[in-house]
Amino acid sequence: MADKKWMPRWFYQLASPRWCYEITGKLLPLFVIAAILLLVTGTVWALAFAPADYQQGNSFRIIYIHVPSSILAQSCYMLMAVAGAIGLIWKMKVADMVAKCCAPIGASIAVLSLATGAIWGKPTWGSWWVWDARLTSMLILFFLYLGIIALNSAIESERTAAQSTAVLALVGLVNIPIIKYSVDWWNTLHQPATFKLTERPAMPAEMWVPLLVMVIGFYCFFAVAMMLRLRNEIIQRERRSSWVRDLIAG
Amino acid sequence: MNDSVPNQSTEESMVHVYKVDGPFWGALKRDLLLSYRRKSDLVNPLIFFLMVATLFPLGVSPDPTFLADVAPGVVWVAALLATLLSMDSMFRSDFEDGTLEQILLSPQPLYLVVLAKVLAHWMLTGLPLTLLAPVLGVMLFLPGDGMWGLVLSLLLGTPTLSLVGAIGAALTVGLRKGGVLISLLVLPLYIPVLIFGSAAVQGAVTGLPLGGYLAILGAMLSLGLVMAPLAIGAALRISVSG
Repeated sequence: MADKKWMPRWFYQLASPRWCYEITGKLLPLFVIAAILLLVTGTVWALAFAPADYQQGNSFRIIYIHVPSSILAQSCYMLMAVAGAIGLIWKMKVADMVAKCCAPIGASIAVLSLATGAIWGKPTWGSWWVWDARLTSMLILFFLYLGIIALNSAIESERTAAQSTAVLALVGLVNIPIIKYSVDWWNTLHQPATFKLTERPAMPAEMWVPLLVMVIGFYCFFAVAMMLRLRNEIIQRERRSSWVRDLIAG
Repeated sequence: MNDSVPNQSTEESMVHVYKVDGPFWGALKRDLLLSYRRKSDLVNPLIFFLMVATLFPLGVSPDPTFLADVAPGVVWVAALLATLLSMDSMFRSDFEDGTLEQILLSPQPLYLVVLAKVLAHWMLTGLPLTLLAPVLGVMLFLPGDGMWGLVLSLLLGTPTLSLVGAIGAALTVGLRKGGVLISLLVLPLYIPVLIFGSAAVQGAVTGLPLGGYLAILGAMLSLGLVMAPLAIGAALRISVSG
């Protein structure tokens, strides 16, 4: 065991469903408050106070849902693949559960992203759907989520299901850079990335600051949804262990 | 505490792995022989390929100019579905009679055995499909300029389909109802191959240079050759142990 000292202590603690259940119980209220605050401020700011676009008028305001949900749908896939890899390599039960919980949340957020994109596309491009690279790769991401959910529910053994979906999620990871760079590689109708780590956004600050608030708000919301599902999953899988029995007995 | 398998430890024996009596050629020969003895399995994907392509003129429109427009896509979609159809049986019989367990237990590198199985699968589905494709092209009034594009794009694209499909087959081999599930897992990953494959044929028809499309199909194939056998091997181990 001497060669494992470089790993921080919390990494091992994460492997314990009980510890994970307790820590998420403490963190959950914080994230609920943060998500409500950020999403309410962001929405009011974006809909009422941010200036209208000079070309698109008020229809551009859907960006405040569309961009955060698109970013989140991809991040969620990354989390699922990383958690799946951790589950495969270190055989960590909690990582398997995290990966399993990611898929339905990610699929619904991908639907939100595609739907808001379609609603935005109608007034701006004149059609609900265009077969351009960004839209198609996002649709593939949604299909990948569906495939992962289908595989997970088809396998009865929890351990095998987790391992199989982890392999599939890792294979599907090739799609993530394609989505990211689709607007740069192909000359598409979809506009380039709104946020980049290295540059200032092309929009004025009055427009992108509320967008940033919304993005962080979406992440907090995701954390809340994730923790709720994870806690459910932990209780369900550990139902035979003594600490869960004590918990339920009150 | 020496974990290494003796006949893999020296450089000399690494060469042995690729010899005619080594695991790669052994697995390839075995799979080819097995399917030669069950000839109907060989022909079925090809008949399916022909039939799917027949559905389009009858179901959509027999107009030659329309058919010429859609021919690249139709032939590619038909080839993709025919490959998908043959995928489920790839590891099924080996799993059922216990051969797969023996393969996983054997000291031979799983990577090579899996690669040989995929190669055998491609030689029995992808390659005949590629050779049959010009006939379908003629039936669908594909202009003569597009034929080379069709054959070359299928030649580079169908091995990728076999490699990716084998991942799905390996993941679902332990399940009784794998058929539909494989399609759900694999089709999203097939979409990029389909896009560039049919775009190559369209490009050949309109006289654009093919190099770019073929390079991308080749890049996908290279990535698949390197990475897919690892995923297939891992998936087989999970399926068999589960």
